Amino acid sequence: MNWIEIKNLQSISLDEIPRLTLDDLRSQAVEKIKSGKRLIQFFGDKESDAITIYAIVADDNNSKLYISSSKIKPEQAYRSMTPEAPSASLFERELYEQCGITPEGHPWLKPVRKGIAGIDRSETPYKFFYMSGEEVHEVGVGPIHAGIIEPGHFRFSCHGEKIFHLEIELGFQHRGVEALFAKNNDRPAYLEKLSESIAGDTVIGHCGTFIRAMESAANISVSRSAKTIRTIALELERIAIHLGDLSALSGDVAYLTGNSVFGALRTKVINTTMAMCGNRFGRGLLALGGVNYGINPKLKEKIASMLDELDDAVLLAGEVLFSSASTLERFEKTGIVEKETAIEIGMVGPAARASGVSIDVRADHPFGGYEYFPVHKLTLDSGDVFARAYIRFVEIQQSIKILREQLNNLPEGELKKTLAALQPNRLVVSLTEGWRGEIAHVLRTDRDGKIKCLKIKDPSFNNWFAVALAVREEGISDFPLCNKSFDLSYCGVDL
Amino acid sequence: MLDLLKLRKRHGFQAIANVRNAAVMETHRGFPIIDETKYTNDWQKVADVCPTKAITTHPAAIDLGKCIFCGECERASNGAIRFSNDHKIAASKKEHLVITSGATYAEYRASAIEARKKIHSLFGRSLKLRQVSAGGCNGCEMELSACGNVNFDMGRFGIDFVASPRHADGIVITGPITKNMAPALSDAYKSISEPKIVIAVGACTISGGVFANSEETNREFINTVRIDLFIPGCPPHPLTIINAILDFIGKK
Repeated sequence: MNWIEIKNLQSISLDEIPRLTLDDLRSQAVEKIKSGKRLIQFFGDKESDAITIYAIVADDNNSKLYISSSKIKPEQAYRSMTPEAPSASLFERELYEQCGITPEGHPWLKPVRKGIAGIDRSETPYKFFYMSGEEVHEVGVGPIHAGIIEPGHFRFSCHGEKIFHLEIELGFQHRGVEALFAKNNDRPAYLEKLSESIAGDTVIGHCGTFIRAMESAANISVSRSAKTIRTIALELERIAIHLGDLSALSGDVAYLTGNSVFGALRTKVINTTMAMCGNRFGRGLLALGGVNYGINPKLKEKIASMLDELDDAVLLAGEVLFSSASTLERFEKTGIVEKETAIEIGMVGPAARASGVSIDVRADHPFGGYEYFPVHKLTLDSGDVFARAYIRFVEIQQSIKILREQLNNLPEGELKKTLAALQPNRLVVSLTEGWRGEIAHVLRTDRDGKIKCLKIKDPSFNNWFAVALAVREEGISDFPLCNKSFDLSYCGVDL
Repeated sequence: MLDLLKLRKRHGFQAIANVRNAAVMETHRGFPIIDETKYTNDWQKVADVCPTKAITTHPAAIDLGKCIFCGECERASNGAIRFSNDHKIAASKKEHLVITSGATYAEYRASAIEARKKIHSLFGRSLKLRQVSAGGCNGCEMELSACGNVNFDMGRFGIDFVASPRHADGIVITGPITKNMAPALSDAYKSISEPKIVIAVGACTISGGVFANSEETNREFINTVRIDLFIPGCPPHPLTIINAILDFIGKK
């Protein structure tokens, strides 16, 4: 057996994971990706004298994951997968930066988080991709942007208004999150809070992914009641952000009614999360072993009536937004990502579904509360700003439906169990469909049952390159609109 | 067209009419009330549950600059620590942020923010701020954005966020200050003309928060610059932020 088959959240012993030579691991991974599987992790786990490289691919249609590994000496090189499987590009760059393993023949081996353009002034500045021509000019934006958003650098090569190429350099938010997880492995309560700050707009998504991995490694299962509350929290988070995005997209095309209405609706949703747990983003709600807060009948009533109000309002606001000629004129055929491209570069989440790629972790690799009911995968075909906006509109309605069902079938039971000790030498792959798409954490324990490494992948990691492709041939003034239609995280990638 | 009118009618007037007196929901964790005597065990045990080491033992106190308001200590302390929903918790000096056993909200409010005449005459009618996220997780950033939305509408007081530091009277900093953002942050600060104010928002900026032990931060700038206003929270509620700024510029 060269690869073993596992499921989302299945804890496996390290001994079960096959060992291949790096060349074999590489060529078999490429083969799998070419046959329609999706690369979800490819990373190195450093030990004192060796590096273990893990490759994990997903077979979404059959709800299966495949994992294999290779143990090598530091500074070894291998033939890059990227020319044959472009979705491996950022994984290989990250592996190169974190472990010093060179993917030979990688077409664009540049930094992910370190030594970025002129940051460390003692270093030679990074040289951006350069386009020459008589009327070609460059526009540099960032790291600090005009609004209240996270930092990142965008370098446009333009001809007049038209964008020929966009290079995105991130890394400015690098806080050493993965290192903090390994370094503080004796303080699980701290790590629970740290996981809420991997990306502050995905508190429930990332924290949920992490604690499910921990629970699996400790071999405990949480109560149905806790699972349901976690599901409710995740769907509320999805609705809130989608509403915020529709508000911002309306603002970007100067449709101010939409900007105000969707914004005000978002406030109602995050205030509901606050009624549950005291924080508008759900901080403090999830806990290792369950949840910290239950839903009493009064709160249940409050959530239900918020949903009733929301349902009507979203439908009306959506109809007005998507029937306005001035909005559609800006949304339609802007920033197109074709389905083939989306698959090739490994896109995930609503952005991928807007390009016709039918993937959704809730349906493909069910976790937590989603094991008990089916989630219908929604897709659109056009892959433009319109599709990425409209998919949010329909996903909000879908989430409202899920929330109603969950509320009406709220099980009683204990909210929180004590977390047992983690089992030694285990590995768990934990996948979650956050509002942006697939969140993947890989947890590995050492022989003492402590976290040896936590590898984190935010969906933005898969999707940033799509932004660069979407804006090609578009006017530079449409960049904010295209960018917002993806709404990707900087800190989720920078870690 | 009819739908649009219907939508606008339904939307109505969403702004909180009186931002100064509005209360935050009961569940909100705001100003902590500490009564050391209620906990008879070793106070160190309460201190140990704090993920950001915000609780000290001698004297028993919580440093709001480090606190992420997760509520773990409330659960562990048999009622010796209780988070009230009182949300106006900002201070103009870092020392004020340390809340000791027996301290009341009224006392704290009386001295936490010093409204200076000079500041009022300069910025009382118009304050333009430049926000810089230096490793922020987007939590504080979203709440700062929310300050300008239809519910909170901070613009009604003449307080706005602007695109360029050249247009700004001050800088609002979020995040633990990553090494990679430290130079850009200090550039932005230098680009603002004097007199300028500095506002630190969130546990990360004030103390490093959950990233206090990270090797990827560079807190040299934040430790040396004069900070005029500390707004604690993880993230702070928009009403905490707006009221802090209004108190600071001496608006009634």
